[in-house]
Amino acid sequence: MAFDFDVIARSLPYLWKGFRYTVELTAIAATGGIFFGTLLALARLSSVKPLALAAAGYVNLMRSIPLVLVIFWFFFLVPVLVQGITGAERPPQIGAERTAIITFIMFEAAYFCEIMRAGIQSIPKGQVYASYALGLTYGQTMRLVVLPQAFRNMIPVLLTQTVILFQDTSLVYVISATDFLGAASKVGQRDGRLVEMYTFVAVVYFVISVTLSHFVRRLQKRIAVIR
Amino acid sequence: MSASPPLPETILDVRDVSVAYGGHAVVRGLSFALRRGAIGCLLGPSGCGKTTVLRAIAGFEPVRSGEVRLKGEVVSAPARLVPPEKRRIGMVFQDYALFPHLTVAENVAFGLRGLARRERDARVAEFVESVGLAGHAHKYPHELSGGQQQRVALARALAPQPDLLLLDEPFSNLDIDLRERLGQDVREVIKRTDTTAVLVTHDQHEAFAIADEIGIMQDGRIEQWDTPYNLYHRPATRFIADFVGQGVLVPGAVLNGREVEIELGTLTGDIPRMCEIGCDRCGRGCQVDVLLRPDDIIHDDASALKAEVVRKAFRGADILYTLRLASGREVLALVPSHHNHAIGERIGIRLEADHIVAFPPAAGPDEARVAA
Repeated sequence: MAFDFDVIARSLPYLWKGFRYTVELTAIAATGGIFFGTLLALARLSSVKPLALAAAGYVNLMRSIPLVLVIFWFFFLVPVLVQGITGAERPPQIGAERTAIITFIMFEAAYFCEIMRAGIQSIPKGQVYASYALGLTYGQTMRLVVLPQAFRNMIPVLLTQTVILFQDTSLVYVISATDFLGAASKVGQRDGRLVEMYTFVAVVYFVISVTLSHFVRRLQKRIAVIR
Repeated sequence: MSASPPLPETILDVRDVSVAYGGHAVVRGLSFALRRGAIGCLLGPSGCGKTTVLRAIAGFEPVRSGEVRLKGEVVSAPARLVPPEKRRIGMVFQDYALFPHLTVAENVAFGLRGLARRERDARVAEFVESVGLAGHAHKYPHELSGGQQQRVALARALAPQPDLLLLDEPFSNLDIDLRERLGQDVREVIKRTDTTAVLVTHDQHEAFAIADEIGIMQDGRIEQWDTPYNLYHRPATRFIADFVGQGVLVPGAVLNGREVEIELGTLTGDIPRMCEIGCDRCGRGCQVDVLLRPDDIIHDDASALKAEVVRKAFRGADILYTLRLASGREVLALVPSHHNHAIGERIGIRLEADHIVAFPPAAGPDEARVAA
């Protein structure tokens, strides 16, 4: 049987759309995940016990169930939740793409929480004492002293997690969202060229992931020197 | 007759403070006070509770009983704990705790967040310069040496012009050469800014170099609060005599109110009241232990009194000899190093002490020797 890699060139605009969605989903999920993950980490480390327990419960729940399950679960759950909040007559049509964004932010927040928690705990207690002794409040201490350092120390780990996230976003395929893999899959099924399409997708994921991982390793060395 | 100038106001007043972790009391009924501009020091072996006192003054540790006052205001008491950020204190930490993601200037500016930009920049420049780091303002902490980092920590703590500066073992991470020099510099900067300060250390040289008044701590209590001179020459307890400086306790017999006879001869001077603990009065025949510092024994070839060199430690200008007396008892003598004698040699010595430090005799003979 003959391969027809020309199918890739022909469907490039459609694939590009899917790829853009993958990158967008990765970027938004990483940003949102780090933001909420940091809040979760602060909650987990809080001296207010109920807050710490609630955050720990959420994180452990998310980390204990498979991502595919969460994607399915939220796909059906989110519309119902939105209906409950807004009081609409029937569940609103949110769409697979937007559900995926919400799901990934919530799921990744749990993983980024653990990274940020480790980052915060890696900052010596003396930094906090020094900040308090200089007259700063808890909020200022976190914002100006602890989080910038925790974030800087954890950048390599955060990026590594983001590379994993970049690959995991392909799972939105299960709710028929058209990401890069979804687009390639649709083209491949339409034209009967699945092997060519999947090969192409694999090469793209490989090149991007390897490049990013290499960049992360170099960054890690630089940060280690400064620290 | 003119009235004497009023004493400076009391900045720090620690009154009968106890601190406990769980059920275990770490600091018990500790009191001291400092007037404006004074540098006080808590000196003691590790585990004596000195750092806990500092943390209680800073507000990081609640007190179980007693109170801490800053400029008259109660900031710590069993039912009251003003948070550290509201105490107007400055603190220099053992590991400096500089903010690694900020430059020297940004570190120093950190406590000046309430000031207008122009004023803040001026203050930063002033304090960076006052610790001798004028050319390093834009460097990051990891680009500086340990001594320079220490100066940044001092500038950062002093820049907000705190009511009280707290220093927690600030030199223990530096090598000994640097310690002594920096100690002098730090004292000078603190004095120039008329800051009141509390230093905590286990190193008596550091304490002597910086502090005006020193409290020697043991088991969560201050054993003696005094000037460095008095701690060395008038130790109040055997523990202080042991802890401060070098010396040996030798048994002696009181001859009268001003004379004590020991193996090396007769010491003359006021006999401190300590010997009263051991006997009803310091009358003839009362047995005491007398503290002999290495500088109380003078090398004198003409002296009839001889002692055998057992050990010697060359110290540059001096040699510290450990000498064995006829009785077998060992004493220390600090001798100019050009008097270089071999181990085993018998050398002439003479007693030359202008005051007497005596304690009730120890229970066992092992306790007679202290602080080698």
